[in-house]
Amino acid sequence: MSVRHAMLALLSEGPKYGLQLREEFEARTGEVWPLNVGQVYTTLQRLERDGMVESEGDSPEGPQKAYRITGAGRGELDSWLRTPPDLSSPPRDELVMKILVALRVPGASVTDIIQAHRRYLVQLMQQWTHIKEDSDPAELNLGLAVDAEIFRLDSVVRWLDAADGRIKRAQADDRPPGASPQAPDGNGPDKASTAAEGRGQWPLPRPPTHVRTRR
Amino acid sequence: MSSPNMIELYQVSKSYGQGDAEVQALHEVNLPAVAGEMVAVMGPSGSGKSTLLTIAGTLEEPTTGEVLVAGQPVRSMSKRAKAQLRRRTIGYVFQDFNLLPGLTAAENVSLPLELDGTSARKARIAALKALDGLGLGNRAGHYPDQLSGGERQRVAIARAMVGERRLLLADEPSGALDSVNGEAVMRLLHSACKDGGMTAIVVTHDAQLASWADRVVFIRDGHITDQTLPAAGPESLLAAAERKRGTE
Repeated sequence: MSVRHAMLALLSEGPKYGLQLREEFEARTGEVWPLNVGQVYTTLQRLERDGMVESEGDSPEGPQKAYRITGAGRGELDSWLRTPPDLSSPPRDELVMKILVALRVPGASVTDIIQAHRRYLVQLMQQWTHIKEDSDPAELNLGLAVDAEIFRLDSVVRWLDAADGRIKRAQADDRPPGASPQAPDGNGPDKASTAAEGRGQWPLPRPPTHVRTRR
Repeated sequence: MSSPNMIELYQVSKSYGQGDAEVQALHEVNLPAVAGEMVAVMGPSGSGKSTLLTIAGTLEEPTTGEVLVAGQPVRSMSKRAKAQLRRRTIGYVFQDFNLLPGLTAAENVSLPLELDGTSARKARIAALKALDGLGLGNRAGHYPDQLSGGERQRVAIARAMVGERRLLLADEPSGALDSVNGEAVMRLLHSACKDGGMTAIVVTHDAQLASWADRVVFIRDGHITDQTLPAAGPESLLAAAERKRGTE
């Protein structure tokens, strides 16, 4: 999450002090994302350096120094709000890596490993749900922040469920799990995967072409 | 000594068909639930969770094993006693609501009481009270097709809870609803357990729905394979967020 842009958003309401920014940031994120005051002042200094905010008065950094957003800061904030985050790169997700690796570890039960992660994730979801249940429905920011965590964890559980099903189907087909008998175009063995396996590497999925060209 | 469990499935197995055509839907399932507890049974399609629910609800007999409701073994009950148990103690909630279209919300809710011999007047009073408790007091005279999906499911929950029911069995109760209405339904079910002392078993494939439960039991291929541990307090999440922030 961009603390920089969150500060700009808070300052778009009017001039504020550093401590005030910290308190409002935490309150508006339902205190799900705590922030230390050092981070606030470092961020404000950088924003000031970049012309996004200006401070009032010449007093040194401290609780009495107020900041206001500039025109450039408003432009940056507007642009950031409208720009989708970069979700196009396949994440080097540790959990995905563990499941892919487990497929090749002799004696490892991938189903059991998947279940251990599923249980952990559902337990986390239960905790977030309890927070939501106990909170005042009028606390919109907390509800939104908690929902974001629940949906994020849910997507991982769904991936685990899909992986579980895919692995079971592969096993039912009597094919070694993780093997890629067909190239993506269906014209025969995937030479890249085969070569990678020969070098003792995991046959990780390759990103789409448009993503690779950006690297 | 009486069992503290409102319901208990003990070593329950269920198979369909015979010989080569035999399908084992449940394998020696043990599932107790105490009063006030909400248990979610989570598993993919075909894992046996709906079979588990129908057996828990005494709608089907297990092939082997025992179901105890409020400490009473169901197998030894007469047909009449089982029917009475279903009418008086157990409430069912389904994904597609299963309301009778020709009856109003109040009539749908009062019907199980009337079928159990309660007078129409008393049944209506109980139904209105149940609907009012779920925020549907002003919808009592509406027919199902005049209600939204969320309202229909709340009527179905009122019908499942009306009277002296102590056990709620729900099959994907928010599966047909959007996330806001689904959450409202799960809040009601959990509140019925936490505040009303009911016991609920909810079967689902949905982790978000399951996360409302006090305990999540995982089922695969007819076996109970795992369950969640008692949840740590919410403060542990916030502390973890604090630690993470400190390392960044």
